[in-house]
Amino acid sequence: MKKQITTYSEEETIQEGKNFASQLRQGDVVALFGDLGSGKTRFAKGISLGLGITEIVASPTFTIISEHAGGKFPLYHFDCYRLRSLNELDEIGFDEYLFGDGICVIEWAENILQRLPKKRCNVFLSHGGTENERTIIIERIE
Amino acid sequence: MSIIILGIETSCDETSVAVMRDGKLLSNIISSQVIHQQYGGVVPELASRAHQKMIIPIVNEAVKKAGIRQEEISSVAAAVGPGLMGSLLVGVNFGKAFAYGLEVPFIPVNHMEAHIYSNFIEEPVPQFPFLNLTVSGGHTQLILIRDDFDYEVIGETRDDAAGEAFDKVAKMLNLPYPGGPQIDLHAKKGNPLAIQFAKPYLNDDDFDFSFSGIKTSVLYYLRDHQLRSDTGKTFISEELLNDLCASFQRVVVQTLVSKTISTAKKFNIKEIAVAGGVSANSDLRFSMQSAAEQDNLKLFIPKLEYCTDNGAMIAEAGYRKFQKQLFGSLTETASANLSL
Repeated sequence: MKKQITTYSEEETIQEGKNFASQLRQGDVVALFGDLGSGKTRFAKGISLGLGITEIVASPTFTIISEHAGGKFPLYHFDCYRLRSLNELDEIGFDEYLFGDGICVIEWAENILQRLPKKRCNVFLSHGGTENERTIIIERIE
Repeated sequence: MSIIILGIETSCDETSVAVMRDGKLLSNIISSQVIHQQYGGVVPELASRAHQKMIIPIVNEAVKKAGIRQEEISSVAAAVGPGLMGSLLVGVNFGKAFAYGLEVPFIPVNHMEAHIYSNFIEEPVPQFPFLNLTVSGGHTQLILIRDDFDYEVIGETRDDAAGEAFDKVAKMLNLPYPGGPQIDLHAKKGNPLAIQFAKPYLNDDDFDFSFSGIKTSVLYYLRDHQLRSDTGKTFISEELLNDLCASFQRVVVQTLVSKTISTAKKFNIKEIAVAGGVSANSDLRFSMQSAAEQDNLKLFIPKLEYCTDNGAMIAEAGYRKFQKQLFGSLTETASANLSL
């Protein structure tokens, strides 16, 4: 399964995340790829809304991982922006989150390619031609 | 008998330990972990390793400089979160073991709560109720403080923290880590009106912030002027760098100031306090002071050494908890996502 979407505002990117969340199953891993400002945190916010999580889902760059309960499944929101070595994932217990009771959403997935599970959803976000335009490519690898 | 608190802070970059006697700070040792400057960000594994190496020498140094004996310590306080799990665990586990060994109570302190208390380390201190803006690399929060340990978060960032925007923009501009002080430095030499960046989210109906848009605006500016390659390298003159820093900083600072002042007015609060690493920013200090004076609000900003993470604020919060007998047990553990 692979599809491409173009959005023209932050709200549309959030909405796409929300739509995408409806297909998610417990234990799914979602890898978000894309440059600074491409809409990764917005898309993750949309996923949280789609799961019915009401608290604010902001960038977890500081703590690397943020846990959000209160939705259909727990949301484990990772941000690998600051990581420089894959060993650092062990310190936050990365593997224990995978395929567990919740959904793992990983920003800056390109930084941990070797440690991403094979079975996952890839979401590629990129800046489009106009200011608020974003291209989103979603693929599920079984 | 006097109350002596040992305060331990290891939630992120800094290993810091302070000793406080009856609310008076005797020592505050901070080991800025220069190791991070090579990487352009906090590197969790390195951080926790460095904490492990530093914790005992820093505790010894803090005790020595305070001129006390270990046996005189009444209680050990440590930051238990939020922060990087591996880093927090070093301080929490050391703190608990030390308290157990000394046969004194252990006091868990929320790192965000401690930032609020950084304005209480030295006189003059705010009077309750007051509005606190905590602004750092990981947080941007407006908190209404009614009394000791009685507070309510009324606004926060919906995406990036203000300090995170500083760090990420600094990285786009090839400036070294930490980005905040670097941008502040260049901004002083630049024209803040040179470039018009989009104003961040300012909805008058709530008290939240957003800083990811301004980050993206800087990126667009670099891209549209062919100043940034596809590999993320930025080519830029010193003059433009200064103007970019000044223009970016002005938007962030003005957002923080206007939201804080308008929130204080809405809640009819007369005193405001600023805390956290970004409160060291010279433009924020100056602009917040000017705005507060204009509206007859009393402003409190800690001395620079209490803005960034430090043991003194943990000891201060610990001292107040000690007086209220708010002790923790030895089963207490660290929590990366602890909220206020």
